[in-house]
Amino acid sequence: MSRYFTQEHEWIEIDGEIATVGITEYAQSQLGDIVFVDVPDEGRQLTKGDEAAVVESVKAASDVYSPASGTVFEGNAALVDNPALVNEDPEGDGWFFKLTLRDADELDELMDEDKYAAYVAKL
Amino acid sequence: MSELAPGTIADPAHELRADGTDPVEDLPPQTLPLDAWHRAKGGRMVPFAGYVMPVQYEGIMAEHLWTRESAGLFDVSHMGQLLIHGDGAVAALETLLPGDLRILKPAKMRYSLLLDENGGILDDLMVTRLGDVQPFGEAAGEAFYMVVNGATKYDDIGHLRENLSDDITLNHLDDRALLAVQGPKAVDALDRIVPGVAALTFMTAGGFAWQGHALWISRSGYTGEDGFEISLPEDAATAFADAICAEPEVKPIGLGARDSLRLEAGLPLYGHDLDPDTTPVAADLGFALSKRRREEGGFPGAERILAERRDGPATRRFGLIVDGRQPVREGADVVDADGNVVGRVTSGGFAPSVQQPIAMAYFPPALADTGVVTLVQRGKRHSARVVPMPFVAHRYVR
Repeated sequence: MSRYFTQEHEWIEIDGEIATVGITEYAQSQLGDIVFVDVPDEGRQLTKGDEAAVVESVKAASDVYSPASGTVFEGNAALVDNPALVNEDPEGDGWFFKLTLRDADELDELMDEDKYAAYVAKL
Repeated sequence: MSELAPGTIADPAHELRADGTDPVEDLPPQTLPLDAWHRAKGGRMVPFAGYVMPVQYEGIMAEHLWTRESAGLFDVSHMGQLLIHGDGAVAALETLLPGDLRILKPAKMRYSLLLDENGGILDDLMVTRLGDVQPFGEAAGEAFYMVVNGATKYDDIGHLRENLSDDITLNHLDDRALLAVQGPKAVDALDRIVPGVAALTFMTAGGFAWQGHALWISRSGYTGEDGFEISLPEDAATAFADAICAEPEVKPIGLGARDSLRLEAGLPLYGHDLDPDTTPVAADLGFALSKRRREEGGFPGAERILAERRDGPATRRFGLIVDGRQPVREGADVVDADGNVVGRVTSGGFAPSVQQPIAMAYFPPALADTGVVTLVQRGKRHSARVVPMPFVAHRYVR
């Protein structure tokens, strides 16, 4: 399995053709207390860069973009009742949605963990 | 991820002058006396009302709840502190605002509004009659201490100077900091370091001394909780903030929680819920129109305001609890049964003590008859219940 990151602070973890998407620790720390998450429905077709989910903190509402193209097969239902899970475990149990990838080549444009860490350090 | 809609406090562009221009245009934000103190306490600093101010320390939710159960220290030094004095100051000020200043006794304060000639709200403010105690230096004749909003203070000063006669002196007390200590345990903490403040009652003020500095302290605030507002020399601010935060009840609280606390308390925020297009009646601030002033008139826009009071305003400020969990924020539309836009959300967010999204909105009063209204935000419809404000009961000590 490998994990990639976007400049917009989403992460995507790849396991064969299956990918899991969420927002990073840095993103949750910037947002603060998360009070609402709207995840995409099963079957939704996403193109890389599409607005896939909405996350709202006490402070602000933000779009979450899909880091890759594919078909959603699961949104994280746990976030509906417990959006604070994104604050508690953004890169684990606080994942947003899972999709089957359409084009693995798209991942080449994303950052790996080290590159993302260096990117965040400069912000 | 990218930001769609900032909350009220996140966007300095929201803090516009009454005429819609940006007071901070091309100017870097200024720093306040406690700037280094906030940073040392871990404050996340953001531009607000032309100043750099802490939006949060440990987190808005935790700070909000801490204030409701214990006490919080808020730096509100960006607000304008004014001293207005001279023979005839009562009559002169009464031409600009609708409050009864004649019956206001020394050390008593009231909420009032600066109005334009059409009755539109230029600012909301607190005004205190000063008596024998002169905490801000020599003040001759009838004397008042006024606290106005930070983003509007220079416009207010211009408006006051233009409309008050030369016999009335206006001093901008810009060498003083303003701190608020708010919450049910504020009285315990503050009385320990400034003995005697516990004897003040809501909307009463007095002069106190702390380590040789003259403090002017009122029992008032903007959270709906019991608490105090403390005007002090700016060079005493850091030592005082350290002293009050050394009390176990008190933690520093940022602008984020200040906004969610005032929203739950049903208190409007100037530049958002109030502006020159809103009148006191539309804003549901009828209590600021004193009885004698309503009978006599003689304040700006009196004719229109009194007519609105009699016939009802075209739109009015209402409180809403939004169904579901998604916050509906400033700028969302209020729509009627046919989908026509008939009103607007002016403040909204997730309410930590209510544990639901709440909002203030302006719309025609008839729309509230069913008790439910429809809001539209980014194309999505939300149902909301019309409820009396405050959303969280006030706990003032009268």
